[in-house]
Amino acid sequence: MSTAGEVPAFFKSMGSDSPARPRQKFCGMFCPVEGSSDSKTLDFDALSACRGKSDGRVIDRQTDISQPRKVEIRESTGKEALQNLDDKRSDRLLIKGAKIVNDDQSFCADIYMEDGVIKQIGENLIVPGGVKTIDAHGGMLMPGGIDVHTRFQMPDRGMTAADDFYQGTKAALAGGTTMIIDHVIPEPGISLISAFEQWREWADSKSCCDYSLHVDITEWHKGIQEEMETLVKDHGVNSFLVYLAYKDIFQLTDSQVYEVFSVIRDLGAIAQVHAENGDIVAEEQRRILEQGITGPEGHVLSRPEEVEAEAVNRSVTVANQTNCPLYVTKVMSKSAADVIAQARKKGTVVYGEPITASLGTDGSHYWSKNWAKAAAYVTSPPLSPDPTTPDYLNSLLSCGDLQVTGSAHCPFNTAQRAVGKDDFSLIPEGVNGTEERMSIIWDKCVVTGKMDENQFVAVTSTNAAKIFNLYPRKGRIAVGSDADLVLWDPDLTKIISAKSHNSTVEYNIFEGTEVRGGPLVVISQGKIVLEEGNLHATEGSGRYVARKPFPDYVYKRIKARSRLAELRGVPRGLYDGPVCEVSVTPKTMTPASSAKTSPAKQPNQPVRNLHQSGFSLSGAQIDDNVPRRNTQRIVAPPGGRANITSLG
Amino acid sequence: MSYQGKKNIPKITSDRLLIKGGRIVNDDQSFHADIYMEDGLIKQIGDNLIVPGGVKTIEANGKMVIPGGIDIHTHFQMPYRGTTTVDDFNQGSKAALAGGTTMIVDHVIPEPGTSLMEAYDQWRQWADEKTCCDYSLHVDITHWNDSVKQEVDNLIKEKGVNSFHVYMAYKDYYQMSNSELYEVFTFLAERGGIAQVHAENGEIIAEEQARMLQMGITGPEGHVLSRPEELEAEAVFRAITIASQTNCPLYVTRVMSKSAADIISQARKKGNVVFGEPITASLGTDGTHYWSKNWAKAASFVTSPPLSPDPTTPDYLNTLLSSGDLSVTGSAHCTFSVAQKAIGKDDFTQIPEGVNGVEERMALIWDKAVTTGKMDENMFVAVTSTNAAKILNLYPRKGRIAVGSDADLVIWDTDSIRTITAKTHNSAAEYNVFEGMELRGAPLVVICQGKIVLEDGNLHATSGVGRFIPCSPFPDFAYKRVKARKQLAVLRAVPRGMYDGPVSEFSMSRGGTPSASARTSPTKQPVRNLHQSGFSLAGNPAPCGPPTPDDVPIRPAGRRIVVPPGGRSNITSLS
Repeated sequence: MSTAGEVPAFFKSMGSDSPARPRQKFCGMFCPVEGSSDSKTLDFDALSACRGKSDGRVIDRQTDISQPRKVEIRESTGKEALQNLDDKRSDRLLIKGAKIVNDDQSFCADIYMEDGVIKQIGENLIVPGGVKTIDAHGGMLMPGGIDVHTRFQMPDRGMTAADDFYQGTKAALAGGTTMIIDHVIPEPGISLISAFEQWREWADSKSCCDYSLHVDITEWHKGIQEEMETLVKDHGVNSFLVYLAYKDIFQLTDSQVYEVFSVIRDLGAIAQVHAENGDIVAEEQRRILEQGITGPEGHVLSRPEEVEAEAVNRSVTVANQTNCPLYVTKVMSKSAADVIAQARKKGTVVYGEPITASLGTDGSHYWSKNWAKAAAYVTSPPLSPDPTTPDYLNSLLSCGDLQVTGSAHCPFNTAQRAVGKDDFSLIPEGVNGTEERMSIIWDKCVVTGKMDENQFVAVTSTNAAKIFNLYPRKGRIAVGSDADLVLWDPDLTKIISAKSHNSTVEYNIFEGTEVRGGPLVVISQGKIVLEEGNLHATEGSGRYVARKPFPDYVYKRIKARSRLAELRGVPRGLYDGPVCEVSVTPKTMTPASSAKTSPAKQPNQPVRNLHQSGFSLSGAQIDDNVPRRNTQRIVAPPGGRANITSLG
Repeated sequence: MSYQGKKNIPKITSDRLLIKGGRIVNDDQSFHADIYMEDGLIKQIGDNLIVPGGVKTIEANGKMVIPGGIDIHTHFQMPYRGTTTVDDFNQGSKAALAGGTTMIVDHVIPEPGTSLMEAYDQWRQWADEKTCCDYSLHVDITHWNDSVKQEVDNLIKEKGVNSFHVYMAYKDYYQMSNSELYEVFTFLAERGGIAQVHAENGEIIAEEQARMLQMGITGPEGHVLSRPEELEAEAVFRAITIASQTNCPLYVTRVMSKSAADIISQARKKGNVVFGEPITASLGTDGTHYWSKNWAKAASFVTSPPLSPDPTTPDYLNTLLSSGDLSVTGSAHCTFSVAQKAIGKDDFTQIPEGVNGVEERMALIWDKAVTTGKMDENMFVAVTSTNAAKILNLYPRKGRIAVGSDADLVIWDTDSIRTITAKTHNSAAEYNVFEGMELRGAPLVVICQGKIVLEDGNLHATSGVGRFIPCSPFPDFAYKRVKARKQLAVLRAVPRGMYDGPVSEFSMSRGGTPSASARTSPTKQPVRNLHQSGFSLAGNPAPCGPPTPDDVPIRPAGRRIVVPPGGRSNITSLS
């Protein structure tokens, strides 16, 4: 172990704190010898078990800080600062004495960041002089949160969601989230690329933290497929959302979903799905309106949770058929979560995303006598009226059956909601939650003992980064990762209120909820954006983070399966017996559903019309391609699938 | 006794029948008693009956007497692209009687676009001419519009049909959209009908079929590969969801796979009114035969949903049938000759679908479920006849041995062993999907309409004696629960003051997409279009409101509803 004196002169002052702070005398029998911990290697004792709050050194250090167990941020002063005149000061940052929490383990170490990237992790790092230093005093330092589902600045019938990218990302940062993934919603008929570029433009000019984009598929035809390819190859998009709800607007038919999923799998992207049965919802809405129920309670009555579970089940089926990884956005109800958990048990590659609202509150508020309050909860799928739902979802999140959390942050202000004051089906949908997400999960899951701090990191950032192929750049504290960090205070208590939140809307659906745990310091791109409750977000500083296709976390299994799933025909002699005469109409083949209008809606066409199908009745094509000789065709045993026994 | 005989000497003796010393097996209990029948009805049950003289007497010697089987799902004489299934109503019902089934329920399949009523009349005519046993009819709804709705109403009210079948498969042909299913179910729930579904996701099947054919798989194995059991399970799940929304009793025809059966049993656990019907084929054999090198044999197994290639499926389904999770059994008997099947020799999608099973049904269930100890003889009666009779609202006329019930009886021999083969079966098809199977249990005597039709292995069926048995709506077995729930399920709005704050400007474009629907279902209207919804912007509540009878055109706060907020019991109001 080398001491500070043995290091080259250039680094003389490193490893100790800045000269402004006098050296401390250490006391106590079991305290380390002074200077001995100024090691340049990792201290494995500290790695395995954190030196923790009761560590003598921490107590000792408290003598020179005003508030016990608070962070301390020191700027370099005097001569040291002069060394760095040509640097931008805040680009270099040292966090000392933090307990680093990743999804797999926690350990104590210092972290040094430069240019927005983590450069060193360890004890007694050699860092240039004049570095801004944060003394964490054993506080938890975790990867900044990733909010996988936001809808900032979302256009809806000429209105725009109340929080734009600036307001929204500010709220995110205030809550400890340092990256968001927003949804691009092209109006049907608009090109995906142009919508994507529009969103890029909005976000680049306003976003205060790094961001990425999901693209929603709101209609389906050949052109869309090409655009998806371009988005994946040239624009760093690896996730697409399809809607099973919003009949006649965004909704796709099962055939279309099948085709979209097939394309997504070939591109190596993730299929996201808004899972609600739009047909049934439409019918129920009509029925509820006919009964004279026009308030927000009609919203939840017309979208019962069964309808959500049904759609989840259907999309799992389609995903299984197409061997495509599935990601269910906005898991709002117990039964939907159960379907996902069951499917995972059976081996389906499916991920579930509960949102802040479903983890933190329930749908009983739809019956509030205050219309504006009730309307503030309107989102789809709706919050479940069953008050035990949040607890249940938190349990599944803790055990790993649900993997990631978003916020689906898409608030509208009361005047915008009032568009639907006489008809709940017109109320613009969306709730807040990007700011509250981390704290709610900490409060509901970690404080209650459902999950530990590592699982907390997994569900708030790491899993999201893995699924969307951002790992380990995001979602992990490691050398080379982005310097998006949160110093988390588990004891901070806060009462959520619309008065103090960073969103622009008048209602906060978590109003009055007291949460324990919150960010003390938030570092985004290596810069401190939140300290002592002050937010220093810079509009437009957020970068677009491109994502590559075929994330390992998701596609390793998919690839292995697609190799296994080859099917083979049975070699048989030609059937040469008598063949019955039939009338012309062939039985099944259908026009390909790639046509823009869904085939289910084609009016009164003779559906079995062969000529539309692109298929030939005789099967001659197939015979041409593959000569049907017994010996030549297939050598493999009959039965393409593992569970099929051949009887010969 | 003898003096009574004098009066009735002219009568044909076989109208009067006495079974002595039988053990009567109903679905609830078994007991020893004699049975006396006259004019096709059971007149007396008990010991030492006083019966007229000259009565034909059968000595049962302690053998089981069970209600004749009801095969709730057949497709006799079904037209298919210009040909007809090889078993017509005569051949088919003869096979049924030979197997101990004394009543069949056939499916009327109107071509899409044609009248339900005409198809019904056509089927009635065919069946009345030829059937040898009593029959009833399901009607399949292959398209949906207002006139179909009217016809369904008439069929229920006047024609004695209480069960209607819809398809979730056969895309662009029979298949219904979710919205249509919702409407059909809603309508049936109002009128007291049973909604039957053919549960498979037709859209995905169409995609998979195209994929298989592209891969060069054209044989019958493509049929099962393009219809994996997940698609069946998915559709069952969806049908249950819609039925639960509409509060309509659901009947899933042809449960062919474990996963579909699991969904049904789960739904029943959650309280859904749903019945599952495994068929003879799914209870007795599996889908490995699709890989047979003999094309004709492989093709003879083609039915939809397909037999599961998992060989443990039959055992599993028998277990669920025994535990009551599945309720009734049919045969889906729909046989085609090899030449007919060969229509699809180069393309499995063209193979006409259907397997045999009407004759084998009773013996097969006895062999697979009773001799293995999965179920007892009473449960056997329940799944082969009683439950079906209850669902069709024919109980206790059918499906029970009781005074006043129809004299459709079977004396069941539990010891006889028979090997099934196409050489001896009564169907006209060349292949039997149960070929070579050895079954214990067989009917010794079959009595239909009070007449002996099977005795010593000889069948004396008479063509055209079968009567149409009308089924009335609202069967208690299904509807008692549904009715109770309907009363509970009334929804109520929350009374609020008028919202008088600012309102944003917005464009209606999002909801305004013109409906692409062609089948003229009213549901296909754009959902968010306010003007079509019968609503006015002014906040007038809809003028209906049975739940809120004190509706007034304008909503003064505090006047409207007295009930506590929250229409459902599990909702806590926070006001």
